[in-house]
Amino acid sequence: MSTNAIYLRRKRMNRVMMTVSTAALGFGLFWLLWIIGVLLWEGASALRPSLFTQMTPPPGGDGGLANAIYGSVLMAGAGTLIGTPIGILAGTYLAEYGQRGWLAPATRFINDVLLSAPSIVIGLFVYTVYVARVGHFSGWAGAFALAIIVIPVVVRTTDDMLKLVPNSLREAAAALGAPTWKIVTMVCYRAARSGIVTGILLAVARIAGETAPLLFTALNNQFWSSDMNRPMANLPVVIFQFAMSPYDDWHRLAWGGAALITLLVLAINIAARSLFRK
Amino acid sequence: MSAVMDNAGTMTAGNSPAVAVSRSPKPPVLRNNALMDAIFRNLTRGFALLVFSLLGAIILSLLVGSVLSLQKFGFAFLWTAEWDPVKNEFGALVPIVGTLVTSAIALAIAVPVSFGISIFLTELSPVWLRRPLGTAIEMLAAIPSIIYGMWGLFVFVPLFQTYIQPFLKSTIGEVPFLGVLFSGPPLGIGMLTAGIILAVMVIPFITAVMRDVFELVPPMLKESAYGLGSTTWEVVWRVVLPYTKVGVIGGVMLGLGRALGETMAVTFVIGNAHRLKASLFAPANSIASSLANEFTEAVGELYTSALIELGLILFVITTIVLALAKLMLMRLSRNEGTRT
Repeated sequence: MSTNAIYLRRKRMNRVMMTVSTAALGFGLFWLLWIIGVLLWEGASALRPSLFTQMTPPPGGDGGLANAIYGSVLMAGAGTLIGTPIGILAGTYLAEYGQRGWLAPATRFINDVLLSAPSIVIGLFVYTVYVARVGHFSGWAGAFALAIIVIPVVVRTTDDMLKLVPNSLREAAAALGAPTWKIVTMVCYRAARSGIVTGILLAVARIAGETAPLLFTALNNQFWSSDMNRPMANLPVVIFQFAMSPYDDWHRLAWGGAALITLLVLAINIAARSLFRK
Repeated sequence: MSAVMDNAGTMTAGNSPAVAVSRSPKPPVLRNNALMDAIFRNLTRGFALLVFSLLGAIILSLLVGSVLSLQKFGFAFLWTAEWDPVKNEFGALVPIVGTLVTSAIALAIAVPVSFGISIFLTELSPVWLRRPLGTAIEMLAAIPSIIYGMWGLFVFVPLFQTYIQPFLKSTIGEVPFLGVLFSGPPLGIGMLTAGIILAVMVIPFITAVMRDVFELVPPMLKESAYGLGSTTWEVVWRVVLPYTKVGVIGGVMLGLGRALGETMAVTFVIGNAHRLKASLFAPANSIASSLANEFTEAVGELYTSALIELGLILFVITTIVLALAKLMLMRLSRNEGTRT
């Protein structure tokens, strides 16, 4: 009788906890669907062709986000181009030359800390070492800040992906007389290519929506500017400024920009995942 | 750059004497290869050194930037509540408290939820559903912070203000001691709102680590427990969790590190008030939101310097938290295989 009671209690406990666990998953998915739903709903009316052709308007005026989109593409592009080679080469050292010595484990540790470091502090860092010296905000400063965010992501994936390359491949190449640099560049890089590209894509997705590091570096610009040495408009900061304003037209544009960024980021993420799975 | 090249020169001479003093002269192809090897090795080493020195460089630059404020306020900066740009009096207490309180709320919600999601994904879910559901949860991490902020301000805050805050106030708000936390006018914005949104943002990070460490548990351990008649919950609670304890704590710390430094989402909903109130409904400030709001408008060197010192405090705290998280995760993977 009493064993039966214990048995029933354990069974009930199990059922309750498993229901709670399923509910937790539902809780997580609920926010995702809510946020994406709101973005699509609010963004649908704002996603018009004029969003891509007109400049950011003064309050009360009609306009688009063309200069902000252009500035974002320019800075994210420059940031990726600066950060990627640095990240790949540093990651190569960790995976290919890092078996002995202190540098590789220490760098791996610091890189993991940088991976989650608050992005606003990175903006502050670029401000103190670059913007304060030069004396003005600029597109380059924004690109440098974004590059610092790209580097740890690329280092991490390059390191991980190169470690997945089987050693027999390296040995086979070495047996054919290939020097180390050729083994790494012509055998290991090729074997790990899809993984490394995934890492770069994830890094691009991460910086596409980064706002905090651009606040003190690129600032903003109401006009079309391709001069990377001057303050530069960019989508995230424009969204921030417009959303915090009291004007309805600006809110609408902010929703349009928000929907644009989110769809882009989610698309890149899913593309990166499916690329890696192949 | 020149340092790397110098290094390359000495490395060639030191590491491969065959090139420098070869008995029979080698063909130029091989000599070039040895040189290329040294160049490539030192090039990658140079960039690894660059990444290595980045953390120190960030701390150093923030230290230099905050010298004025460090000299003027000393350690009292940490526990002074006053923040008055007009009188040039600055103290970090309000933003520090705001940062810690919002992160604590976030963890209190996110840890049990992440635990539940990880149990579902590792034990309950049909295999074909694992990947899509896992990816969906990971997408929560992909949504940019500013989107959370905007959605929070325009969608979540009004709902929270009209339905949830009055409800909390009339229920928990009536309890003797706890009630203070849920008192005051329901403004919608404030520390509680910021904490809830932060919770949603860190769930994917904690879940990812928990899932990974749960999968480290040797199947034989779990199967033994099931074979003895344990229920799924008992296997998770008595076998999986004790085995992965260190890793789970590491994952929680990782989430904490993320929550502490989160900027844009918090800036939108925390209310940006330099006031110290007991109520979680009250508008407050976090370190990151103070920086985002005030930095470009700061007039005067001391004001800027005080803000940079805030950034330094934030960076030092998150670095310590993240380093501890990393150490714990490393300990778990090192122990893996020694205990079965």
